[in-house]
Amino acid sequence: MNDKVIGKLKILADAAKYDVSCSSSGGKRKNENKGLGNAEGMGICHSYTEDGRCVSLLKILLTNFCIYDCAYCVTRKSNDVQRTAFTVQEVVDLTINFYRRNYIEGLFLSSGIFKDADYTMERLVRVAKKLRQEEKFNGYIHLKTIPGASDELIKEAGLYADRLSVNIELPSEKSLQSLAPEKNYSEILLPMGSIKDQLVQAKEESRLFKATPKFAPAGQSTQLIVGATAESDRQILQLSDQLYKVYNLKRVYYSGYVPVSTDSRLSIITEPPIIRENRIYQADWLMRFYGFDVKEILDDANPNLDLDIDPKLGWALRNRYFFPVEINTADYEMILRVPGIGVKSAKKIISARRFAPLHFDHLRQMGVVLKRAKYFITCQTKSLQRQDFDSEQLRRRILFGEGSVRSALLTQQLDLFQRAG
Amino acid sequence: MYFYTYDGSFEGLLTVVFEAYERKAWPTAIEPEQLAQPSMFGETVRVITDEGKANRVWLGLKKRLSVSALESLYYTYLWEQSGFERLIFDYTRLVFDSPESVEGNYTAPFILQVQQIQKQVHREKHRMEAFVRFQKTADGLYYASISPDFNVLPLIVRHFEKRYADQRWAIYDTSRRYGVYYDLRATSFVQLENPGVTPRQQSKLNADQYDENETHYQMLWQVYFDHVNIPERKNPKLHLRHIPKRYWKYLSEKQPRLQ
Repeated sequence: MNDKVIGKLKILADAAKYDVSCSSSGGKRKNENKGLGNAEGMGICHSYTEDGRCVSLLKILLTNFCIYDCAYCVTRKSNDVQRTAFTVQEVVDLTINFYRRNYIEGLFLSSGIFKDADYTMERLVRVAKKLRQEEKFNGYIHLKTIPGASDELIKEAGLYADRLSVNIELPSEKSLQSLAPEKNYSEILLPMGSIKDQLVQAKEESRLFKATPKFAPAGQSTQLIVGATAESDRQILQLSDQLYKVYNLKRVYYSGYVPVSTDSRLSIITEPPIIRENRIYQADWLMRFYGFDVKEILDDANPNLDLDIDPKLGWALRNRYFFPVEINTADYEMILRVPGIGVKSAKKIISARRFAPLHFDHLRQMGVVLKRAKYFITCQTKSLQRQDFDSEQLRRRILFGEGSVRSALLTQQLDLFQRAG
Repeated sequence: MYFYTYDGSFEGLLTVVFEAYERKAWPTAIEPEQLAQPSMFGETVRVITDEGKANRVWLGLKKRLSVSALESLYYTYLWEQSGFERLIFDYTRLVFDSPESVEGNYTAPFILQVQQIQKQVHREKHRMEAFVRFQKTADGLYYASISPDFNVLPLIVRHFEKRYADQRWAIYDTSRRYGVYYDLRATSFVQLENPGVTPRQQSKLNADQYDENETHYQMLWQVYFDHVNIPERKNPKLHLRHIPKRYWKYLSEKQPRLQ
């Protein structure tokens, strides 16, 4: 049996890796039955692949047989790849044995669609159920919801899983129609809405009755593919904004499209758009943790993010009238908006200035990065800059001036282009 | 000039604080007994650990500090880098001598330093929770050895107790020569002193001492690790930033491929 499982693992890990979600945090499942595992609190990355991504979960497909033919997908029906499928027991054994050796935080199980949506979903649920009930497994389980699966199955999935996700993949209905003609937006949004309703309901009930069964305590997430189709960053981020606000999603993941297909329906790219993906993540963070509205990050005049500079710096350069910010008196919200100052630094500043007026040496000692921030702040009305720069000069100084190096990512991408050319 | 020596324990260090306050004799240096050099000048005070005195100091700190600040003091003890005793003493004195809370005053050097140490130790703790790789032995014990930069073993016990409640496991710190063992009921600290054997050898088991499926699962893990990677996105710099080379020795996925 051993060699067979190795062969399957190769194929079904390969097919699952383009799903970038790997989070294992936000669960509240404790080990109360003296069983195996614990999914409360912080997520843990147990390893990192050579592409620098976190390995937290055993991320596999149950099968890569699929009845759909989505152009962007490596598992599409028309693609000439080897097909295989795990049995329920094989997935359970892998998960338990990896978990016991502290390789993983849990399981991320997705699947190609064989026969129909319910048939597939039912098998995913069966794996989770077996792990929870027979193996007393309290580790993290992330189940993919198959578009078109029945409400009852989704409800059951939520009883065993910590997180559920439905992947939207293509950021507009138009792209979906051309690249995945068998799918449509309403079919994807329907289960998302129903998961949201279940989450709200479970929360209300748990307020009334302590013993209410948990429903996907780590919430739901989705993924958008970046660069396979022509949508602008603005369209992508507006969609995310809606998903966070309307569907209460915990996370939207962005997957820079890796060319796995030469289908003529796709944009022609040779390299995955790594920098663009990174900038979109930064913008996503600004919306979720830095109090930025999507309209502040991108607008009609700027439909795409600047690849050379981070979106917070971009915003600051377009809105110079907010600056300089006086570190000793400004609100937390405003300090957070200073380029280069993150949540941790902002909190330290707020804490320390209760005791003494801060000057630049204090900031340096506290580890606040001043490379960008120094152009936007004062300490006790003093500035580190003697002269005023306009936004274009500032941008150049930060990018090239004063011994500054270009971002490592950018250099890497340029290297790649050179090698490709 | 007063030179204090203590037995190396956290309670011992707290007793030093008590003695220094009682004598109003502030330490020039605090050192573990076995490391202390006799000094020609000044007075050497040899402090005997006293649980009662240590407790009074700890309770005094508890009244003035939050749980997380107390924790960072203990983290500073586990940090073990030169001068940590003095730092804990100076921090404690600042706390006792200030009329108001000093927590979060990052303009004060001791406070900032303790906060930065807390961060370092916490990161190492988190890394050990991530990078420990258990190997199953023939008698069903899950065993791992570590040699962390700081003495974080006491800090990770709770995490593993909660997680692996239904399996026997042991983690051994080869550089500090002690370990923890969980026997399905409770966890205890153990020392595997075997004078003829080096710590490295102690941490390695013979092939026949492993469970018959151990190699198989290590191989599956390596296969998984290789196939979840996207070669088109290769980024060695980022990879190394996340797992610096000194941690590779723990990781079965960074070892030569098993056949």
